[in-house]
Formats: sequence, C-alpha cells, structure tokens
Amino acid sequence: MTTTATLNRLGLSKTDYNGAPSTLCNGCGHYSIANIINGAAYDLSLDLTRIAKFSGIGCSSKSPTYFLGRSHSINGLHGRMPSLATGATTVNRDLVAIGVSGDGDTGSIGLGQFKHLLRRNVDMVYIIENNGVYGLTKGQLSATADLGQKMKHGGLNETPPLDLCLEAIVAGCGFVARSFAGDARQLQSLLKAAFSHHGTAVVNVISPCVTFNSGEGSTKSYIWAKEHGLPLHEIGFIPLEHDEIRADYEPGTIREVTMHDGTVIRLKKIGQEHDPADRMAAIKLLEDERDGQFFATGLLYVNEERWTLVEQAKLVDMPLVQLPNERLRPSKAALDQINAELT
Amino acid sequence: MTVTSSMAHSTPSTVVDRVPIVNDFSITTATVNGSGSQTANNTLLRAIHKMGVPVNGKNIFPSNIQGLPTWFTIRVSKDGYLARCEQAEILVAMNKASSMEDIQNIVSGGICLYPADFQLPIMRDDVTFYQMPVNELVMQSGAEAKLKPYVANMVYVGTLAYLLNIDLAEIEAALSYNFNGKQKAMELNYATAKAAYDWADANLDKIDPFRIERMSKTAGTLLIDGNTAAALGAIFGGVQFVAWYPITPSTSIVDNLSEYLPKLRREADGKATYAIVQAEDELAVIGMVVGAGWAGARSMTATSGPGLSLMTEFVGYAYFAEIPAVIWDVQRMGPSTGLPTRVAQDDLLTAYTLGHGDGRHVCLIPASIAECFEFGGTALDLAERLQTPVIVLSDLDLGLNLWPTRPFEYPTKPLDRGKVLSAEDLTRLQGEWQRYADIDGDGICYRTLPGTNHPAAAYFTRGTGHNEAAGYSERPEDWSANLSRLAKKHDYARTIIPAPVTELVDGAGAGIISYGTNDPAVQEARDILKAAGISTSYLRLRALPLESKLTEFIQRHKRIYVIENNLDGQMHSLIQLHTPADADRIISVAKCDGLPLTAHWIRESIVAHEAKEQA
Repeated sequence: MTTTATLNRLGLSKTDYNGAPSTLCNGCGHYSIANIINGAAYDLSLDLTRIAKFSGIGCSSKSPTYFLGRSHSINGLHGRMPSLATGATTVNRDLVAIGVSGDGDTGSIGLGQFKHLLRRNVDMVYIIENNGVYGLTKGQLSATADLGQKMKHGGLNETPPLDLCLEAIVAGCGFVARSFAGDARQLQSLLKAAFSHHGTAVVNVISPCVTFNSGEGSTKSYIWAKEHGLPLHEIGFIPLEHDEIRADYEPGTIREVTMHDGTVIRLKKIGQEHDPADRMAAIKLLEDERDGQFFATGLLYVNEERWTLVEQAKLVDMPLVQLPNERLRPSKAALDQINAELT
Repeated sequence: MTVTSSMAHSTPSTVVDRVPIVNDFSITTATVNGSGSQTANNTLLRAIHKMGVPVNGKNIFPSNIQGLPTWFTIRVSKDGYLARCEQAEILVAMNKASSMEDIQNIVSGGICLYPADFQLPIMRDDVTFYQMPVNELVMQSGAEAKLKPYVANMVYVGTLAYLLNIDLAEIEAALSYNFNGKQKAMELNYATAKAAYDWADANLDKIDPFRIERMSKTAGTLLIDGNTAAALGAIFGGVQFVAWYPITPSTSIVDNLSEYLPKLRREADGKATYAIVQAEDELAVIGMVVGAGWAGARSMTATSGPGLSLMTEFVGYAYFAEIPAVIWDVQRMGPSTGLPTRVAQDDLLTAYTLGHGDGRHVCLIPASIAECFEFGGTALDLAERLQTPVIVLSDLDLGLNLWPTRPFEYPTKPLDRGKVLSAEDLTRLQGEWQRYADIDGDGICYRTLPGTNHPAAAYFTRGTGHNEAAGYSERPEDWSANLSRLAKKHDYARTIIPAPVTELVDGAGAGIISYGTNDPAVQEARDILKAAGISTSYLRLRALPLESKLTEFIQRHKRIYVIENNLDGQMHSLIQLHTPADADRIISVAKCDGLPLTAHWIRESIVAHEAKEQA
C-alpha cells in the first residue's frame, strides 16, 4: 500500500518539522511537548527558516534539539535565555521566537530575566516545561516543588513554591496559559494561539519527570495531573487562512478571542465560568488553587493591548540585521557637522 | 563677616621681580561635590583652550552626590604636556574641609585664592594669598537661593581670568558653549564672572608671575572626553544594538549614544535603525548583546569592573560559541567596589582571560580621544571578523576628562561584517556547509544568521562541546580540535589588531613599554630623562594579544620598563609570559593609587632602576 505524505500550506510534510531523536529519559514529558510543538508548527505552516529557538540550561533546555530541526537554535546559559531572546528578536523582528525553559531555569536562577522579559513584552512564545525538580543534576528541589515534598537528594521541601503563571500575570504578561504534557490536544491549541499572540506568550506546561518526580502525591506527576487537572474551556484555534467552521453550540457557551493578527481562539465553556480577559479573575483562580485540590489548565489570561519591545523602540520595518551597511554609517557631512559643533 | 582686606597678603618679598611664568603651570580648584563647580572648571578649561594653549582637565571626584571634597586640576602646558602634575601652582580653595591639605600641596611660589569669609587653617610665607569677596558678589548677582552655590564658582572664574589674563570674551564664549542655548543661565553666570573680574581689576595687586598668553597650538582642535568619542566612533562604525546598565564611569558612553543616535540614525519617517535597551543587570546586558550578535547585529555595551565581572560567564560562552560582541570597559579602581570614581588600569588580566576554562579575548586599549573614536568602529569590525567578544579597555581618566584632539576623521574602510553565508551562498554550496569548519585556515569559520531563507541554513549554537557540524560532541578529538582552532584564531587575531606604536631611539639602553592613558606622562618623562642624558625607546601597546613587533622591541633593548597603573604589574606579567627568555630583563614599574600616573613618578622610578644598573 502506498501513501502520499500530507503536506501543509508550505508544501512541507510533518517529518520536515521533526528534530533529532531524543536523548531524554523514556516517557519524559518534555519529549511529548517537543512533538506537540512540531505538530502545532506544521499545522500553522510556520516557516522553519524564520523560527529561532532559545533555551537556557537543564533538561528542558536541551529539548530544542528534539523539535524543529531545520530551525536555528541557541542553547545559552542557565536562567538567561530571556536576555538572548531579547537581543535576537529586537534586531530581527521577523523571527518567530520560541523559548523553552524549565522550572529551575525560569523560577530560580532566571526569575529576574523572566519577569523583565515580560515587562518588556518581547514578542515570543515562552514555554516552561515544569516538572518541579532539577533533573539534570539528579533530583534536587526546584522553586516550583510542592510544599512538604520529599526528594531523594533534595530532602523535605519546607519552602512554598512559586506559581509561574501567577508571576507572569503580575509581571504584566498578556498571554498566560497552563497545560499538561499529557494533554496533547489542549496544549497544541494553546501553542497555536500563543504563536498568534502579540508579545510574550507564556505557556506553563506540567511536564512529569518520570525519573525523579513522578511519585505518588507529586503535583507534577501524570497521575496527579490527570486526576486534578481542571480544564477551564475546550479550546479551538482558528487560523487566518481557514474558513470559519461554526459548529452548533448552545448560546452563551462560546467565547471567541480575536488575536492581533486576526486569528481566533474559541473557548467553549466546560464547567466553571472563567473570563480570560479578566486579570483579577485569573489571579483569584490561581490563589484558590493553593489548597491543592485542583489546578486549572487552559488559557488563564489574555490581553493584547500592550506594545511589544520592538514597537516601543520604534524600529524601522525591515529587521535591523538586514539593513545594508550604507544605512548604518552616517554620512561624512554628519561627522563634519559634529566636529563643527564640538569645536 | 565682612571683607576686611581684598589685597594680596603674605607676599613673599622676592616675587615682585619674578620672571613671568607663561602657559606652564597647573591650577587646582578644590570644591565641595554637588556645588556645581563643573561648569566653572570647564569654562576655565575651554577659555584657555580657545586661547590656543594646550590644556587637560582632570576631575578628581568622590563617589557621592553631594558633600564630599572634589578637585579639578587644569594642566596648562605650552609644550603640550597633558599629564597630571602631583602639585599645582595655583589653588582655588573653595572647600574649607580640605583646605589644610590643599594649601600644603601648593608648589612653593604659587598662589591661593579663597573666599574672604574663610578662616584659613594655615598660611604659608612662600605662597601668595588672594581673597575673593564671594558672598558680596553672589549677593549682588541677584541669583535665587538654589543657584547661589553655582554663581559663587563664577567668582573664582572671573578672579582667575583677571589674574592670569584670560580673555573675558573667551570666558563668555565658553559659558555660552557650556550652557548650550540656556541664555538666562549663561547671562547670570557671565555677569558674576565679569563682576569678579572688574572687582579684581580695581582691588587686587597682582604680584604673582603666572600668565596665560595666546598661542596657536590648539587651533582647529576640539576639547572632548573619551566616552563621547567612543559613542561617536561606535555610531560611525554602524552599531545596531546597545544594551546597558548604569555604572560609573561608563554611563556617559550610553548617554552619548542616546543623544547622538536619534539625530544620526533615524530614517525620514522617524524610525530607528538601532535599538538601545536598558537591562535589569549586567547579566542580562551581555545576554542581550550576545543574542543580538548571534542574530547578526553589530552589538555593544559599556560597563566598568564590577559589570565586567558579572558578564564573565556569557563572555566565555560567546568565545566558545563564537559570537561577536563588543564591551567597553571604562576602568575604575578595584578590587570590589573599590574607588568607583578613580582611575586604574586594573582589569587587564581579567578582561584578557574572562570566563572559566581556557580562552583569551581580543582587547583594544585606546590612549587618546582619537583612538576612542577609531576603536569604536574597529571593535565592531574585529568582533564580527573574528566572531568573538572584543573588550575595549578605556579608563576613567580618558573616558570622563576633557582632552584636546584633532577633529574626528571619517572612517575610510567599509564596515567589516565577517564571514556570513547568505541564502544565495548556501544555494551555490548546495547546502553543504559546516558551522565550525576552518575552510580558510585562519581559524575563523563561516556562520549563517537566523532567518536566512534556505533549508540548510540552520545550525545549533551551544556552549557545550561540539563538532565541526555544530552537533553535540563529547569526543576528546572534537574537543581538542575545536580548542586548537580557537587558539589558531587567536593567533590570527595578532595579525589584524591595532599594532603597537613604537619610537626607536638609536643607542637607547632602556625601552619603555606602556599603554592607554599613561601615554602623556610617559612622553613627558622621556623628555625629562633625555634632558638628563637617559635616552629611551618607547612602545605603546594598543591591543591584546601581544604580537611580534613587541618581541622585536624587547630584543633590541637591554632593559625593558613596563609602566602601568595597577599594583600587580598585569601587563608586565603578560609580557613576561610572551617572551619568557627575556623575562629577567623586563622590569615592572607599576603603581595604583586612584590617580593618573605622573611624569615625575615615572622619571624617578626609571632613574632609580637605572642607577642600580650602573652600580
């Protein structure tokens, strides 16, 4: 039997979006996420030559090797992926930037850079692969480790965790979502929406560490996430080039969020009411979670009104790196004038 | 308190017939930080400069906004010597708190100006004292309360102008330049300076020998600081991205970039061809600069010692991942917070080997305003050519103080963007290329930029071990091959960095090696030594790594003196490592006290060593 590979709008097949084979542990959540990123990029027909991947240090930060192998990538320093991405995306505004970080990389050493990236609203998708543990150094506690959690090497955690979604909202981020590596459908929809966001889109993905933090009671385990995850909506993403397909929904159960680029996120109400445009509601939801009975997944908060860093800087339309040399060196007359003024 | 006497007193009996001392002395104004003396001092400096007399001003100031003592020293030299002198002939004592020591420091036969209401702690028989009616003239100026301290400084400007015969029209022009169109402020200040001048003319008997007379030695030159020159050099060198965090004494590089870039690098529609980002710390600064360099922009920052320390890890990363970046380190005194407002050349070894593990960096060392401008562009060219961080080691004396200089020269060489493969190149190569393959034999490989529209353009940039194809590798062969190639690249750098400036003197037994802002003091010391019968050759280093011209110079001379402004003799150590066979002939003349070196100290140090040689 012969099959014809399905191609996307750019004429690329799914495998064109693959990365190198994984060297992560079998069953690692990060690898599922890599595949979901590939799927989202394929579906959106993202141009692989325009994508730039950024990461810091840690298991999560190694994962850009395993997705979008035909795209440029830079694996930087621990906690400092945000600054690399800030520099690169500022000088090349055409890049489609994906940052991949972990809970140690973002929540501990990189918390400052993370929050300042959000303040500046650097236009990129920022994925946190959150497993609550330092995997690459074999099981120390991270800043998102659960209170009371016991680790082989980390001992008992008596310090309350940071909620990185809450940190993102407080820092002024305009797209904050949370998902689970085991929920491919939801995560892929969220990622697609994140690529359409104007500014930094934070997607905090609970990504179980099967080797060091997937035991009973861990809030970063597959079992816990499946049992306690509370999806806020059923999410659909409608890209620009598709005709809208309207299914028959009961009135009042659908909420559509139109993104800056005209794409639409369609949120179908499942159980509880959550308006993702309501910042205080998102904060309250995350505070309410603290008793540990559930964790909300889905689009927590969206607001596209803020300017991005490139917009604030009022840069020319052409990426700075593409400017010809003659537009970079001022004229001799300009220097003569400066000399005259300083004389 | 009332002014009882406005006449000179404590006059040494011999001075009346003293030979005039023209255009060859130093003036120190001792003030309180935050009292606005900068305008007064720069006005004096500029007025003398405009009278054609070579001058340099050095601001010796505290790390403080208001209240601590500040000194400003103006070296006036008909012979063009611009180094600091250890003592000044003329003191303007505006700070009671420091006046005891200040008066003790006046050169014998010198003069002291002071406000009439000061009770001076000591008098000296060999110094001429002039009182100035500061309070009266400030009162008469009608200045509002908050401006009074500023106006008070104009009293010494006017009094000195009278005593030294500085043209009032030049004072007026200098004030106008310094106030840059603020007419009211300019008028108030000038009126006070003029009133002081007139008062001195009517009341003071000038009995000292010091005079300024017009010359033409500064004709056509500018008076400017190195940080402004560095910023302009970077702009005319095509800088595209600047990230920074405020730190003394580098901040004014970015202030100047922020002032000039909007004027020079906005398109007709007002949009910018550059970006400046103030980061949250130096860790982020260097990350942004490296990120922008990776993406293909000419990127830079400006910092000082503590900032450089924070950038360490990323500089090592950029060295290994081979990413261009330019760091201006305007050196101040360390270790630690040290003396943030005092000068030293103490980051040399740190900068050269910044980062953990093996690795050395190209460092440029400007000695003049012209070189600050030139290296502004050179650093960006070298960073992109060599795909590596380039550190420019300026210092506080050069960066913040005003120096006379020829007008900036428009760069003649086109921007060097280094080895970058475009989509067309990749098509020609049929997509066959390797990021870390040394095709040309100079250790520099070809790179592609993110966004290059070719399916084979992408590669993976990492600080971990990698092979020629940029793949992760832990193979010992790959690791050693990569580091050897980086060493080869560093060797190639020796051939393209700014070469040393040498002056070979026939028959000279001693060769002096120095660098950076020691240059004026070394030049002056060599002239003094020559007059005393000790002739010396001179090699001024302008960059690291060290190269072959230096080796030749060392071999030509019996004794080599390495003069520098740090305690450890940092360049001395590097030179000894560079030419180990000659190490015992290479003598360290090093000192670090927060002040620029003086010709006097250099001369004394060399004479002492030479005497030992004779013995």
